Amino acid sequence: MAKRIEVNGLDIYYGNFLAVQGVSMTIQPQSVTALIGPSGCGKSTFLRTLNRMHELVPGARVEGKVVMDDQDLYGADVDPVNVRRQIGMVFQRPNPFPTMSIYDNVVAGVKLNSKRMKKADMDALVERSLRAANLWDEVKDRLSKPGSGLSGGQQQRLCIARAVAVQPEVLLMDEPCSALDPISTMAIEDLMMQLKSEYTIVIVTHNMQQAARVSDTTGFFNLKAVGEPGGLVEVDATDKIFSNPSVQATEDYISGRFG
Amino acid sequence: MSTTPTTSESREAGPVGPDKADLQPARLTHGSLPRRAAPGVLLAAAVLGAALWLLGVFGPVAATLLAAALYTAGLYLWSRSVEGARKAFDRFVTAMVTSAFLLALLPLVSVLFTVFDRGFERFDAEFFTYSMRNVVGEGGGVHHALFGTLIITGLATLIAVPIGMLTAIYLVEYGRGRLARYITFFVDVMTGIPSIVAGLFAVALFQLFLGPAARMGVMGAVALSVLMIPIVVRSTEEMLKLVPNELREASFALAVPKWRTIMKVVLPTAAAGIGSGVTLAIARVIGETAPLLVAVGMTTSDNFNPFDGRMATLSVFSYTQYASPGVPPVFSLDRAWAAALTLILIVMVLNLLARLIARFFAPKTR
Ligand SMILES: Nc1ncnc2c1ncn2[C@@H]1O[C@H](COP(=O)(O)OP(=O)(O)OP(=O)(O)O)[C@@H](O)[C@H]1O
Ligand SMILES: [Mg+2]
Repeated sequence: MAKRIEVNGLDIYYGNFLAVQGVSMTIQPQSVTALIGPSGCGKSTFLRTLNRMHELVPGARVEGKVVMDDQDLYGADVDPVNVRRQIGMVFQRPNPFPTMSIYDNVVAGVKLNSKRMKKADMDALVERSLRAANLWDEVKDRLSKPGSGLSGGQQQRLCIARAVAVQPEVLLMDEPCSALDPISTMAIEDLMMQLKSEYTIVIVTHNMQQAARVSDTTGFFNLKAVGEPGGLVEVDATDKIFSNPSVQATEDYISGRFG
Repeated sequence: MSTTPTTSESREAGPVGPDKADLQPARLTHGSLPRRAAPGVLLAAAVLGAALWLLGVFGPVAATLLAAALYTAGLYLWSRSVEGARKAFDRFVTAMVTSAFLLALLPLVSVLFTVFDRGFERFDAEFFTYSMRNVVGEGGGVHHALFGTLIITGLATLIAVPIGMLTAIYLVEYGRGRLARYITFFVDVMTGIPSIVAGLFAVALFQLFLGPAARMGVMGAVALSVLMIPIVVRSTEEMLKLVPNELREASFALAVPKWRTIMKVVLPTAAAGIGSGVTLAIARVIGETAPLLVAVGMTTSDNFNPFDGRMATLSVFSYTQYASPGVPPVFSLDRAWAAALTLILIVMVLNLLARLIARFFAPKTR
């Protein structure tokens, strides 16, 4: 069951520093939404507000609305843990748990929450998740080895498997392929195409071709000027953004004239 | 820029001035001393020093210093004429650092040698199986003091480790603002408390309830835990800070609540460091004497109940044997040294344990 997220007039702060201003957009269910834009314009910051990871930074706060299922994620009684249960995340840098084996890393969402699960079910979950992340063949013979012994790209795919294993409704991915080779990147892209039939996917990427290939909707973030907060310049169907954007800055960025 | 990368593994000792005038290709090689140059010069200097000492020209200390100076100067000048200024300076600094290290090692070696030498006199089976009950003069042992030390230190660990670890967890994972700053400040203050003050604190505390004659093992444990807590807090804090924030975020992103994240991700990741930190804290307080002297006192026979009366401990045992020896004093003094040796061995074992713990719990990559 994929979920729709509606963002309305979102201002994002680090302490008194307004990092991102006035974002309003709708993230469609069962689709891939790509966020592009130059470095430092607030893509990661925005992404982290969608599952309430942003507030983990001391002093960080948010004004505005993020609505999923008619519930404001920033409503007074909302438990961030419940939000994150439905909205999973893959980070820019791979971060497997160093004390855990590959197997345990994949089922970390289950084990860390001390949920009961039959051994056979767990094995099946591990295999399914690792296959989804295109890692199964490489690690199936050393599942009990530590996850931190993998290469950087393998670690990132392990983290994707870990995020997929808890079966969230929405999957946020912050440059998931920036450490991957073309083959793994293709695998992740295929994975996204598969997953979008059931999930809502938001991906941050610096790779225009990737955004064009996988996404249905693209949002372009930009800094108005140095020292100003970042913001959403435009969001539209990916075809439209890449062929005929309505804002000049978007066209300049996509055609490589700045940024 | 005429760079002079060397063929050897030497570090850059100083910037080499650019030499724009010569347009010849930069030389990548330079002369070098024979491979055994350093040991050779050292040998020559040592032989010279020893000869001067044996001939009675210098005392042993002066001869050693002279040999060290000769070695440093000789190697420097030789290297300078063959290898150039940078390599020579490198050799000079290496010699200085080595000498400083040897100098710092001297007291340690001397203490160890003395304690082992004199402690072995009574380091026998009787020493570990007998207490001092009804012993005057020869014989006797530390059975009572050994177990006293282990019991009291163990109790102190039981008190200090939970308090210290929870404090550190609060400071690193939860503490923001004023309370955390105050706690940090007072932990720093606690680090500087003289151990006798900790002992007097324990005495004063227990005397409030038990009257002025109170002496018990647990009082000593409380005094030791006062000394241990700041060490445990500090080392645990450092270890928790080393856990990358990304791991916490990874856990949060899997919808794991904060307390579970701390229990199952942060603490296991830091377990090696925390374990060895705790072990070193134990090693640090196990030899304390003053607080145990005032809070626990001394006894000659076995008392393994820390809630009932005076107990013997190794450090206080060593002190009393030394401070009030019998006649002839030699038996007491031997016992004092043997007790000191026992203590040192325990501390060594604890240090070894700390390393094993660190190795065992460290996150593995293979
Ligand atoms: N923890 C933080 N504390 C304070 N400011 C931050 C923090 N993280 C990011 N910022 C600031 O917020 C702004 C947006 O940063 P963000 O990481 O969201 O950029 P980004 O678009 O993801 O860039 P990149 O493409 O390089 O990943 C930047 O000005 C950055 O300096
Ligand atoms: Mg980013």
